[in-house]
Parts: sequence; structure tokens; C-alpha cells
Amino acid sequence: MTLSLSSVAKTYGDGTRALNPTDLEINPGEIISLLGPSGCGKTTLLRLIAGLEVPDNGANIRFGDEDVTRLPVEKRNVGMVFQSYALFPNMSVRDNIGYGLKMQRLPRAEIQSRVDEVIALCRLEPYANRAITALSGGQRQRVALARAFAPRPRLMLLDEPLSALDAALRLELRDELAALLRQFGTTVIFVTHDQDEALAIADRVAVMEGGKIRQIGTPEELYRNPQSAFVAEFVGHAMPLSGEIRQQTLCLEGGELPLPDHAGGGSVYVRAEDLRADPTGPLQAKVETVTFLGTHYRLGLTGLTGQRMFALHHGASSPAIGDNLRLSIAPDALICLPHS
Amino acid sequence: MMRLPKLLSMLVTLLACAFLLVPTLQSVLAGITANYFRGISSGLTLKWVIEVWTLYADSIFLSIWLAITCLAVTLILGVPAAYALARNPGRLSRVLEEFISLPLAIPGLALALALLQLYGSQQGFRAHWSFILVGHVLYTLPFMVRAVQAVLAAIDLKTLEEGAASLGAGPARRFVDIVVPNALPGILAGSLTVVTLSIGEFNLTWMLHTPLLKTLPVGLADSYASMRLEIASAYTLVFFVMIVPLLMAMQWASARAQRILS
Amino acid sequence: MKETPVTARSFGVLCLLPLLIFSLAFLALPLVRLVLSSSEGADGWSVYIRMLQTPRYLAALLQTLLVSGAVTVAALAVSTTAGLFLTRNRFWGRSALLSILTLPLAFPGVVVGFMIILLGGRQGLVNQITPGHVVIAYSTFGLFLGYLYFSIPRVLLTVMAAAEKIDPALEEAARSLGAPAYRVLWDVLLPALRPAMVAAGAIAFATAMGAFGTAFTLATDIDVLPMVIYTEFTLSANFAMASALSIALGVVTWGVLLIARSLSGGTVAAGG
Repeated sequence: MTLSLSSVAKTYGDGTRALNPTDLEINPGEIISLLGPSGCGKTTLLRLIAGLEVPDNGANIRFGDEDVTRLPVEKRNVGMVFQSYALFPNMSVRDNIGYGLKMQRLPRAEIQSRVDEVIALCRLEPYANRAITALSGGQRQRVALARAFAPRPRLMLLDEPLSALDAALRLELRDELAALLRQFGTTVIFVTHDQDEALAIADRVAVMEGGKIRQIGTPEELYRNPQSAFVAEFVGHAMPLSGEIRQQTLCLEGGELPLPDHAGGGSVYVRAEDLRADPTGPLQAKVETVTFLGTHYRLGLTGLTGQRMFALHHGASSPAIGDNLRLSIAPDALICLPHS
Repeated sequence: MMRLPKLLSMLVTLLACAFLLVPTLQSVLAGITANYFRGISSGLTLKWVIEVWTLYADSIFLSIWLAITCLAVTLILGVPAAYALARNPGRLSRVLEEFISLPLAIPGLALALALLQLYGSQQGFRAHWSFILVGHVLYTLPFMVRAVQAVLAAIDLKTLEEGAASLGAGPARRFVDIVVPNALPGILAGSLTVVTLSIGEFNLTWMLHTPLLKTLPVGLADSYASMRLEIASAYTLVFFVMIVPLLMAMQWASARAQRILS
Repeated sequence: MKETPVTARSFGVLCLLPLLIFSLAFLALPLVRLVLSSSEGADGWSVYIRMLQTPRYLAALLQTLLVSGAVTVAALAVSTTAGLFLTRNRFWGRSALLSILTLPLAFPGVVVGFMIILLGGRQGLVNQITPGHVVIAYSTFGLFLGYLYFSIPRVLLTVMAAAEKIDPALEEAARSLGAPAYRVLWDVLLPALRPAMVAAGAIAFATAMGAFGTAFTLATDIDVLPMVIYTEFTLSANFAMASALSIALGVVTWGVLLIARSLSGGTVAAGG
């Protein structure tokens, strides 16, 4: 089923515009992430797709050929996973998972067998008859997924599904979630503010800011070819190389850098991992901070541009604080944006 | 468009409001109408309120006096006790807490009978206003203790006190300098509850009062039984004027204490 | 002077001492006296057996239980409906409605009785606006209305406090799984409100069981237990039976609160 949105916007009663008119098309079976900082409209967009919010007039939401714009959530047949999971504390794991099937008034035997199927798929067998309160955070997340998936929804909608977990568990469950979602095979939209999560799980990522989708593309496209300063900075933490461009040369405080041919007259960005220590490099900076991070060092540098820049340094030892360091940047690592 | 369940629940809400509000308004109106049976057309007057004042001023003053002394006693008994209970949580504290909360579970009538049968023969005490005060304190004390205890449980009392102790403050100093100031929102909420409940207390007071010592609610019962409707209403109006601001202040203070708790 | 744990402990005891003395003198001892008094009549301790064998007392106990039970159910139904409506809708005038619904919180039983007389008494509103002479105030139904009048605010406040804590996502989750409104209420909202409803219901029940002022104002021919105790004590001077009935009333009320507390897991206490 293809999901198509056209001119979907949301203005709240007090006049706040949570979402500007948005068009979006999502292919069957695709996993899409809505990524952005808090207040960017990503959750509003998800809730509009779910039917938990009513869009402004002029909007159109289609599930395949069916116009669902005015359909309430209980009639849309979407599976939702909430940030808090919203598991029913008065029901067992099994009853939670079977609730959607019960609402479809399926025969008891069929509910049983389908719940068993989903429980096996989500590896919840040992917990099937437990109370919700007796589960860990990770188990709750799987129950929430299983409950949303059991009625075979046309669309799975996940609102920050990992944010209720602590940092160590989040990383572990991220890959598990990605695998499980692919196993489900349904179309998935999930909202997150964490770029690593979006890049790791999604087929395509829609980066949102200020109630608008700024850019949509595969994780690689977004990382390598951001179309705006916001996307460059939000996805992969690119740092601006602010200086003056003369002909094909970028003049910085700490030296001059030749620019590749495709560079327009706009701004130039670089990521910390692409700023390399190189004794023969054209640039120079002073080491101000050194942070040891196990696999590498993170160096805080001044004197390269007006702001503090960061570089990742691999090696057995690091430069000392106060050292002058020569640096180079590979031409294809430069992110060149047009004038905005 | 409004869905049926929402419409129904709105209807229930409005009906409940009408049920509670209509007689209140009737009573206010009756208290300032010259002749209730002829209706508003007979004119508005303050003569019933004035008559209430000449008949029942003593009972109003007695109630205010009882509320103030009741507040003083519950503060003296309740605040230090709440502190001791909050500092030493344990089985013994819970038993004690449960015990002083008995007056909330046992009907006031039963408590009054118990007091009467033990102290009723001591005429000096029986006929003194402090006998009614004992009943009011029994009934309001658990509210004061709970309000203060709830606030003390929400702040990190132990660490605050250890901080003060490490700076050289002894137990009494800590109580005055640390405990009381931090418990103020609870003390305020508890105080307003105590005053409101004391002014309205009837179940115990009816049994404990003497013909010479009538409180406001006792006077109300008296006027309902023996006075014309306008006077009963005017007296009720006087009671509303006293109790409604107290109730509003009490709810405000409780909500404020609640905010500090969360 | 250096502080020792002993001075800290003795200060704690000092803090509790006034309360302990007061409770001993005016709560513990009187209650003991009440129990002893019940045995000092002609029947001795068998006063309790006679209490259970006297139809008038049993009928009063039954009547009290029935009215209190009916009030509890009605107050829960009205206040839960109104409480859910007020928590889930924001509209102009909402806080005014909320104030009206909590107003009777500070009304003593006598005043509530008077309110019911104004509504349904001989000179009451219902009698004036209906064609036949409808007087409901002085009957058991009048008593029921009176108890309902002061129970609604208490139950409402407890239910609303609980309703505000329900995660809105729970309801949205049920709806996203296809649940219609009545199923959301039944499967999600009421289970989440259950502890609060048990607690509030127990308070309403206990308060109705012990309420004296309302019955006193409305009439003397309604035989509820507090009225019976009052007449036994003041008119018949039957102190032993009055004490025994008080103890029975206290034990039943306290027992209900205790059961409710173990069911709801929170603190349940009557007030007002």
C-alpha cells in the first residue's frame, strides 16, 4: 500500500502552526524515519497519519486508493507504538497483544493462534502470561511492537520507540528493532530525534525543521549530500569552514585551501573525521583540548576558523595541549552548499 | 458535531451542578427576601440577617474562637509529631499514625459518646468550651499531621538536617531553622483545613455542647428546627460567607502544597 | 555542647509526647470507656447478642447499609462521569463548574439537610413547580439525596486527581487498535481509575454510615443507625445499648475503610 500525503498541515486552536503544508509519498514496505529536533513537527505529522489529529482543511491523506483524511484512528487500521509504550497495565502480555484482534471480533481460536504467532516472532514466549509491570524496558518495547503488529496493520507508526530506554540498552535494541521491522515487512514510519537511530534503521530519512520537511533521501544521500546547512549540521555534525572564497581558494585564519570545481559561491562544511593531522597539510591550528575516547582522540582546535573546530585523531598517542598542528582535508570530503 | 457519550456526560455534569447549586442559591435568596413565600416581589431586605445577628452572634463568635484555639492546639501537637513521624518511619510510627486517624473512620457520634461517658461527670470540664475543643482537635488533628507529613516526606529532610547538623545546629535549632520553614506549605494547607472543618463541625459538637455553649452549626440546627425559613436561610447565608472564602483558600493552599510535592 | 544520638532521639520523643498524651487521654481512654460502658447495662456483655436479636436495631443497621451503599454507587456514577468530562474537556466556564461541584465540601450535615429541605421539603422547589404535592425531603429518598449531596464533591476530587494522571497515550493506543469509545472506557479508563474509585467509594460509604447532621435536620422518623444511637442515648438513656451500637457502627465503618485500603493500595480516610 502506498501512503500519499498532499498539502497536509496542522494549525492548533491557539494559532500555532505545528506543520506547514507537506507532501510525502511512501512506498509499500518502506521504512521511513522522520528526523528532527523537538518541536519540528515530526510527531504532529505522525499523529496526522495515524488519525489522532485532524489536519487543516485542504489536506489529503491516502492509504493506497482509499481517502482516509476524515477517518478516525480506530477505523484506519494502523499499528501504533507510543513513546511511553502505553501498554494496558490491567491486562497480561498476551491480552495486550490480542486486544486489536479482539476489537476486530475475530473468533477466539484465531485470536489465540495469531497471538502465538506474533509472540514467537517477537521472542516473547517466556513472558506471554506475565503482567506488564513485571517486564523490563526492552521487553515492554517488544510487547508494544507485537501489539501494534498483531492486527496486521496497513501501516506501522512508531513515536520515539527507543527513547524510554537507557543509553546502553538503546544501542543494543536499535539493531534488533531494525531487524524485526524488516521481518514484519509492513510500511513503517518512525519518529526520532536521534540521527544515529534514523540512519541505522530507515530506508529513507525525512529531516524536519520548523514544521517542514527540509530534505528526504537515503541515509547515504543525506550524509554525503546535505542540501542545507541545517541538514549538514544535524546529520553528521558538519562544522562550517567560515572564511573568504577567492577564485577557487578558501582563505581561513589557519591557511588556504584549494576548493574542488563543483564548489559554488556558498558555504563550505567539513566533518571532524575528515579533518586529518598531516605534517605536510596546508592548514594550521592550535590544540586546545584533548579527549581520549578509546578508539580515538577528539581534539579541540582553535586558530583554524573563528570558531572552535574538532578533529578525530587515530593513533597510539595524541598531540599535546598547546601544540601547533598541521592539517589537511581531502577535496571530496568538503561539503559545498550553494548560497542560501 | 458532538458524540453521544460526550453529550450524555456533559448532561450529567450539568445536572450534578444544578443539584448542588440550586438549593444554595435558594437559601441565599431566601435569606434576603422579605417574604420567601410571596417571592422576590416582596422586596429584598437585610432584616433577617440583622435578626440572625441579634439571636446568634454568640454562637458565631464561639465558633471563631474554637477554630482559632483548635488551630493553635493542632499546630502545637501536630507539627512536631509530624516531624517525628517523618524522621522515624517504621512500624511503630505507622501504628501511631493509624491510631490518631481513627476519628476519620469512627463516626463522630461514637467518639462523642465515648468522651461523654468518660468525662461527662466532671462538671467543670463538661460545661467548659474546652470540652468541645477536645472534640474538634480529635477530628482535625489527623488532617494537620498528614498535610505536614506529606510535605516533609517529599523534601529530602534527612540530608537537609545532616547539612545543618554538620554546621553545628542541634536538634531544636534544626527544627526551628530547617524543618518548620520547609514544611510551611503543608502547615498552611493543614491550618486552613483545620479552621474550615472546625467551623463546620456538627456530629461531635451536637453531643458535646451545652445550652450555654452553642457553635455556629449547632445554632443552624436550632434555627432549622424552630425559626421561620427566612431566618434559617439568613443564618445559612452568614455561614456561607464565612466558609466559602476559607474553602477556596484551603483548596488553593492544598494545590500549592501538591505542586511542591511533585 | 557536642550532640549525641541520644539527644537527637530524646528530641524526637519530646516532639511526639504532647500528641501521645492528648491521644491517650481523649482518644484511647474514652474508647476503652465506651467498650466498658456497653457491658454495664442489664444484659452485661450479651448486649451485643440482644442488639442482633432486636428487629428495630437490625432494621436500622440494614437501612443504614442500604442507603450508604446506594449513595456510594450513585456518587461514583455521577462523579466519575463528571470527573472524566471535566478532565478531558477544556472549555469556557469549566473552572466555574468545578468550583460549584466542590462547594459542598465544607458544608456540615445540618446545612446539607437544609439544602434538601429547600429542594424537596414542604415549602421546597419541587413542591412549588410540580402540580401534585411532591414532598421528598423527609423520606429515606430525601436522606439519600442529602448524602449524595455531600458525597459528590469528595468522590469527584479523588477521581479527577486520578484521571489527570492517566497517560493519554493509553486511550490513543486502544483507539489505534480499533476500540470504539465505550470499549476505551471499559478496557482502559475504568481500570485505570479503579483504585481511586475504590478509595473514594469507601470514603463516601464511611461518611454516609456515620452521618448524623443530615438525618437530624431532615426528620426523626428515619431509622438510620446514628439516629437510633442518638435517641437511645438522649431520650431512652440506654447508655449500654447506645455504646454497643456506636461500637458496631465504628467497627463496620472502620472495616470497610480497611478493606478498601487493601484493595486500592493507597491511603483511604474519611473526612468531613
